[in-house]
Amino acid sequence: MFDDFFIRALIAGIGIALVAGPLGCFVIWRRLSYFGDTLSHSALLGVTIAYTFDLNIALSVFVISSVIALLLIQLQKKTNLPGDALLGLLAHSSLAVGLVVIGFLTFIRFDIMGLLFGDILAVTTNDIFVVWTGGAVILIILKLIWKPLFASTVNYELAEAEGLNPDRSKAIFTILMAAVIAISIKMVGLLLITGMLIIPAAMARNISDSPQKMVFYSIIGGLLSIVLGLFSSLEFNTSSGPSIIVASLILFILSLLKIKQSIKLKN
Amino acid sequence: MNLDKNILVKLNNAGFRQNNKWLVEGVSLQVEKGKIVTLIGPNGSGKSTTAKIALGIYKNIEGSVEKYTNKIGYVPQKISIDWTLPLRVNDFMVLTENIKDDQINEALSLTGVMHLKNKNLGNLSGGEFQRVLLARAISKKPELLVLDEPVQGVDFTGEIALYELIKKISDTLNCGILLISHDLHTVMTATDHVVCLNGHVCCSGSPIDVAKNNEYKTLFGEQASQILSIYEHKHDHEHSDEGSIKKN
Repeated sequence: MFDDFFIRALIAGIGIALVAGPLGCFVIWRRLSYFGDTLSHSALLGVTIAYTFDLNIALSVFVISSVIALLLIQLQKKTNLPGDALLGLLAHSSLAVGLVVIGFLTFIRFDIMGLLFGDILAVTTNDIFVVWTGGAVILIILKLIWKPLFASTVNYELAEAEGLNPDRSKAIFTILMAAVIAISIKMVGLLLITGMLIIPAAMARNISDSPQKMVFYSIIGGLLSIVLGLFSSLEFNTSSGPSIIVASLILFILSLLKIKQSIKLKN
Repeated sequence: MNLDKNILVKLNNAGFRQNNKWLVEGVSLQVEKGKIVTLIGPNGSGKSTTAKIALGIYKNIEGSVEKYTNKIGYVPQKISIDWTLPLRVNDFMVLTENIKDDQINEALSLTGVMHLKNKNLGNLSGGEFQRVLLARAISKKPELLVLDEPVQGVDFTGEIALYELIKKISDTLNCGILLISHDLHTVMTATDHVVCLNGHVCCSGSPIDVAKNNEYKTLFGEQASQILSIYEHKHDHEHSDEGSIKKN
């Protein structure tokens, strides 16, 4: 009924939604939206390095994003610049360096649009493998650090005082962010990955009253966005990344209606 | 080396400096099982800082901290919960440790907020939230409780009840308590050991010793030491027939 490439995209997308849901909740709770953006911008540099040295793209992106993340943490400690200025500095300079390097790679034909916005045609069986194994590892680690990470998100000092080592879980979470960007870059594209993390979680926030529910609805929202986005991308011949994000935006708008309703009920 | 098994946490000449300014220095104190140690002192005298040193929140300290327990309950002085987190009282209770539901219920009942269990944390009043904070700290049956102004914003009758509860907890759980309070009157009725801070340790000892101390008097004024003497008098009267009246 459907072409193989479409089925592959669907399977990979479902894997991404399962991982992006819980991680996205933490991105919102810890106010890391622009941090996610910075990491995904730096992913372009990772992709170009992968092409230059013929490496696995996900692996290369993961390494570069992790390095940028650790660099950011160091810069925050060592300089007096505000966090958002450092984020902007790293995001745009790594994007620019990536684009300049592409300019030198004349021997390779780059699909820049696909890189920026995602391309379902590009998803291979190998990509599915990367998404699902990478995703499983991310989820297992997230499950292991859930308690300290969540506690320190609510209150750093409580977590530290009661022996949960919040600094360690923060560092691990940063690496997980780099990893989720690495596995989803091909599908959603580097300009829109943060949207995949934030928008379903934001939608979930509107309709949940506990952290567990928010994670659950965030995953459901992500899955629906993937399915709706990919089908409409096929139907209207639009690129996959933007279609997925538009679908999640529509879900978010619907969740606003629910808020309106519950406010009415309270009055 | 912990020779005395009753010691839970011990500060040796500890101090903490931030931006080249000492927040507190030269603090030595220890909290033992079943004992309540109270820190008093004016604003900015380093009470909360001392508590955070004891808890290990501040890392680069002078002197040293010896901690002999990991079962710790902490009620911080200031805590802001972000509205971006959908968090009910029930979720907050299991924040740092998974505890059983009946333990949660017991702690919430003890602090009088059982009816708030499924309420959103953001919708609580200041006093209600303070009771939840205390409930969370005691629910895990800690060996060491660090309470930084635990009854701020609680109504008058509730305040007395909560201080009684704190005293009861120290007896029943045999846990050590490091308490910070402004309320000299209430504090002295339950404390075993008082440490008076003003950037450093001004004086320390039993409530009655501290009340007699001249540095304490200059710090808190003559009236404050009278509060203590009144209390000590009552206390003696209740427990012995001596009824000695102290004059300062």
